[in-house]
Amino acid sequence: MITKQRLESAGVSVLKSMKMSVPVLIGVILLISLVTNLVPKKTFSYLFRGNLITDVLTGGVIGSVAAGNPLTSYVIGGELLKQGISFAAVTAFILGWVTVGMVQLPAESLMLGKKFALVRNGLSFLMALVIAVLTVLTLGVL
Amino acid sequence: MIRKFFDKIGASNVFLIVVVVIFAVVLVINPAACVQAFSGFLRLLIRMLPILALVFGIIFLTNLLINPKSISRHLGERSSIRGWLIAIAGGIISTGPIYMWYPLLSDLQEKGMKTAYIAAFLYNRAIKIPLLPMMVFYFGVRYTVVLTIYMVLFSILNGLAVERLITQKKGDR
Repeated sequence: MITKQRLESAGVSVLKSMKMSVPVLIGVILLISLVTNLVPKKTFSYLFRGNLITDVLTGGVIGSVAAGNPLTSYVIGGELLKQGISFAAVTAFILGWVTVGMVQLPAESLMLGKKFALVRNGLSFLMALVIAVLTVLTLGVL
Repeated sequence: MIRKFFDKIGASNVFLIVVVVIFAVVLVINPAACVQAFSGFLRLLIRMLPILALVFGIIFLTNLLINPKSISRHLGERSSIRGWLIAIAGGIISTGPIYMWYPLLSDLQEKGMKTAYIAAFLYNRAIKIPLLPMMVFYFGVRYTVVLTIYMVLFSILNGLAVERLITQKKGDR
């Protein structure tokens, strides 16, 4: 049953959560806007060298430090494919983009714990590389 | 002294101040880019407001209607297939950027949600059903299906590994 006390307690929890998370969320949105505007999209293609292993690694790293809507990663990934960048590197790039968040790492650390954020993002980065290779092996397009 | 200042204003406010300082530095170096970034920030913020309202609404409702004991039972230490399914489906169907969901997950974490489920939820945030047609358009159906299946499978592995490593680290201390 919903009592006045429970309503008050739920309201206090939301206010507590807002007090802690709103400044962090505003900070993250500010950072993302800054990174998206300062780094031109064409910059990405210059960083790939044509070596499968280093390109997969480069794809993962660039994807991890980049920020923005996942749709942008598909568009850039599609352009990279057109420029002859390997499927594995493009996959690592997309996976890094959508599963690792360097820009939001401070926010994740503050709200879910520093260890959790570091371990989760580190593992997600490694997994991006593994999934990229597994995906192209499965599809036979390596 | 710095630590005292941090404690007084709170780590989340310190983070915002640091970002504002970075913005101010960019404003001095490249005013045009800074103005463009700020207008991008405002557009993004306006787009995010409904999602933020949804997230805080869910936090309010979970606090009001769900007993912490039931969160512990379904999403707590005793892992179950149901718990994994809730974490995976929750991650996939939740909308908006990943960081909007940190407050809710932090709240559920306090109520006893298992670390592995939180990590799996966050990993599955990468799968966006409304964006799948775009992925198909750029990379094809086979690629999209294979990648999505791997992502769901690896989300479980990611959750288990994160939990194991964190527990080990805690045990090391």
